[in-house]
Amino acid sequence: MYGKGLRPLSLITAAAVALTLAAALFWAPNDAYLGFLQKIFYVHVPLAILTLCGFVAAGLMAVAHLRTRDPRWDMRSYVAIHISLIFGVAVLITGSIWARGAWGHWWVWNDPTLVSFLLVMLLYATYQPLRFAIEDPERQARYASVFAITAGAFVPINFAIVRLAPAYVHPRTLSNISGNLPGRMQVVFYLALFAVTLLWITLWRFEMTAKHVAAQLRQLQNLVGEASDEAPARRSAAPSLTHAGSVS
Amino acid sequence: MTRPRSAAVVVALLRAQLRLELRTFESLPAMCLFSVTAFLLFHFGLDVDSLSGNLASGVLWVTLLLAALLAINRVYVADAEQGGFDAFVLSPAERSTLLLAKILVLLIYLVVVELVAVPAFAILLLEPSLWQAMPSMLGAIVLGDLGIAVIGALVGALAVRTQARDLLGPLVSLPLLVPVLLGVARWTAPLFDASRAGAVALRWPLVLALYDAIFGLIAFSLFDFLLED
Repeated sequence: MYGKGLRPLSLITAAAVALTLAAALFWAPNDAYLGFLQKIFYVHVPLAILTLCGFVAAGLMAVAHLRTRDPRWDMRSYVAIHISLIFGVAVLITGSIWARGAWGHWWVWNDPTLVSFLLVMLLYATYQPLRFAIEDPERQARYASVFAITAGAFVPINFAIVRLAPAYVHPRTLSNISGNLPGRMQVVFYLALFAVTLLWITLWRFEMTAKHVAAQLRQLQNLVGEASDEAPARRSAAPSLTHAGSVS
Repeated sequence: MTRPRSAAVVVALLRAQLRLELRTFESLPAMCLFSVTAFLLFHFGLDVDSLSGNLASGVLWVTLLLAALLAINRVYVADAEQGGFDAFVLSPAERSTLLLAKILVLLIYLVVVELVAVPAFAILLLEPSLWQAMPSMLGAIVLGDLGIAVIGALVGALAVRTQARDLLGPLVSLPLLVPVLLGVARWTAPLFDASRAGAVALRWPLVLALYDAIFGLIAFSLFDFLLED
């Protein structure tokens, strides 16, 4: 059920990413100051937006989990944080490269966006250790949701507060767009945002499908008694989907 | 069974926790000792005899924050290990009273630690006198402590029944406490300035109050879910 429509979605995503890369590399003009390096902007900024939106979405999914007690919502929240963490590492790497090119340093402390992003990443880096440290799957899911909601609320607040610290130098993408980002750059930026959004959704769907297939497989193995001679299930950070009691 | 009045429950929980602390002395002496030791560490580590401005403000608040972690790690341990959670969940009391009691306990701990640590800091490391800055300093202490206590009471409950609570408590709470640190440290930095040149920016009290209020709402709306088993 989860694999439905995954193939066309993957094809559209691959096409959108390819089109974006082509447009960014060959069609968009080079930046007057930064030259070719500025093109990393089409990767970096959409990735950052999607990372943060993914974290907030994971918080909303966790709200749904606590309201409905449906373990599938916990799984969705878990996978959303998982994908966003991977995107976030890419954001830090591309951001560092950009900072090195634009400002001459790999890391710049007086830029609140960079600092608050690192802070958010450090917070979410504790999500999986937290899950891993709780053995009971039901409590693991509940505590993880409490964490996901708290952290999801922390994301926008943190950005607002760190922004108040004076002397920031980060280019404000969205105000740039309304202001003086030239036409082609603007088109490519929105195209990139669209492509990266599709990429996030596709990866999320793939991971969800894999988790569900694995859970179904385990269930079937238990039914035919194949799993009985294996080692007992290890402690895991991943939601199990079977803690409703259907499969022990 | 009639539901007991929440205020009475909070007072009872608070008294129990404080009595426990007075009998075992698990947290407070360690926090005070840690703060003074940390000032020594900064003295030797930074190789300075006196501090002022940003550096003084940062040293003081980082020390208090790290001292608070000691209490955040311990404030629920007795409840988790000696059946306090189970007894509390079985009782007809509102669940959020436990959170409120823990916030108040942490606030009391922090105030006691500050009664030791702030004068010690003023004597050992701070260059300008603290007396003139006292009213604004008190405001920073109140709002800063409130933020630490609210986040500590929530994260402490989240971490205490995990296998690595001594690690997870600090790892989860420190990023959440960075905005509090930013607020109080920037607030008090001009107070510690040798020339008293800088004025206190009004935005830091506002930011701290807003942050405390938001995390208070989050903590009270989520705490029930941590107590369900």
